[in-house]
Amino acid sequence: MKIAITSKGRDLDSEVDPRFGRAAFILIIETDTIEFEVIDNSKNANSFKGAGIQAAASISDKNAKVLLTGFCGPNAFKTLDAANIKVVSDVAGNIRDVINNFNEGKFSFINAANVAGHW
Amino acid sequence: MIISIASGKGGTGKTTVATNLAFSLGKNVQIMDCDVEEPNSHLFLKPEIRERQAVIAPIPLINEFKCSYCKKCMEICRFGAIAVVGKKIITFPELCHSCGGCMAVCPEDAILENDRELGEIETGSIGDISFIHGRLKVGQVMSPPIIKKIRTLADKQMVNIIDAPPGTSCPVIAAMKGADFVLLVTEPTPFGLHDLTLAVETIKILNIPHGIVINRAGLGNNDVKEYAKKEGIPILMEIPFDKKIAQVYSRGELIVEKIPEYKDKFLDLFDQIKNLVNNLAKSPVKDIADKGAATK
Repeated sequence: MKIAITSKGRDLDSEVDPRFGRAAFILIIETDTIEFEVIDNSKNANSFKGAGIQAAASISDKNAKVLLTGFCGPNAFKTLDAANIKVVSDVAGNIRDVINNFNEGKFSFINAANVAGHW
Repeated sequence: MIISIASGKGGTGKTTVATNLAFSLGKNVQIMDCDVEEPNSHLFLKPEIRERQAVIAPIPLINEFKCSYCKKCMEICRFGAIAVVGKKIITFPELCHSCGGCMAVCPEDAILENDRELGEIETGSIGDISFIHGRLKVGQVMSPPIIKKIRTLADKQMVNIIDAPPGTSCPVIAAMKGADFVLLVTEPTPFGLHDLTLAVETIKILNIPHGIVINRAGLGNNDVKEYAKKEGIPILMEIPFDKKIAQVYSRGELIVEKIPEYKDKFLDLFDQIKNLVNNLAKSPVKDIADKGAATK
């Protein structure tokens, strides 16, 4: 299964970026093989509005089924929900540890945004 | 003539200056309260409202039967108001700026216009003074279309006094752009000066002649005057930090009605503005307007 994790860097030793829409990078990881692809999110990170919506659409394009991140706002959540992507919020630490914890089933999915939107 | 009354900082006295200036002129004057998130000129002028009209802006309505999920609408929207995820398309009306881009690029003709009410405009009068104000609907966030709609009602035969919102963002640009003069109301405090500086930088980009009114003069320090001198911005009027004025204001009354000697001061303010605008009209100014001043 493919999962998306927001990351401060381009590799598995990076830290989780707590932001979703404006994360530096988003790693798309195949949980069985730990093979991964890097989405450079810099263009989106500087977008005027709707960063979370755009990020949700781009991980949907990569067929991610789960998103692991720090904060997820209402518009991002609505888009992820439409794309049938499940969300784990308040994720922190090293990407490799997050993948291991995910594979061991240590996370639970949220059913609403965990932060308020901003204008 | 259009005089826009702005400030940067909130609560400096824009409405006080706008309403008292309008009342002093008495006729051939129109007050346009463009502070549509919190209009309050009417509290001081107590106009008789005769007409109301809704301000409508279109938002996209998607026909999913026609949609081919090509994402062209999503790509053109810089506000992220449409998202295509797999075989689903969702819209975020609160982010939509009603530009019509999505409808224009849709190859399937799958997007229709749906009306959304942003707010309303009320028009009326106080004696010979014309009155217009706008009001943003609760739950809506897009005020510039309401301000632009108010501005279409400017009357060339009259002095149009715009009571602008505070700040320096899109609604303020909408309330200042194209004005003949911007009158900046400030207070002589560090906070007042800080936000005045931001407002002046904005007006420089819009290339509009401007002057300063110092309200609550006597309070704070001398920094605003020094700044104005350095920048070559005329200080056109000072309203003292006076208990009597504060009492009149807090009762929702006009200074020029309760302390009549102020009428001449406001008329003098208007004469100074008129002279500044006329003198500039005589001498050609280099046109640097619209230097990237985007409005929402």
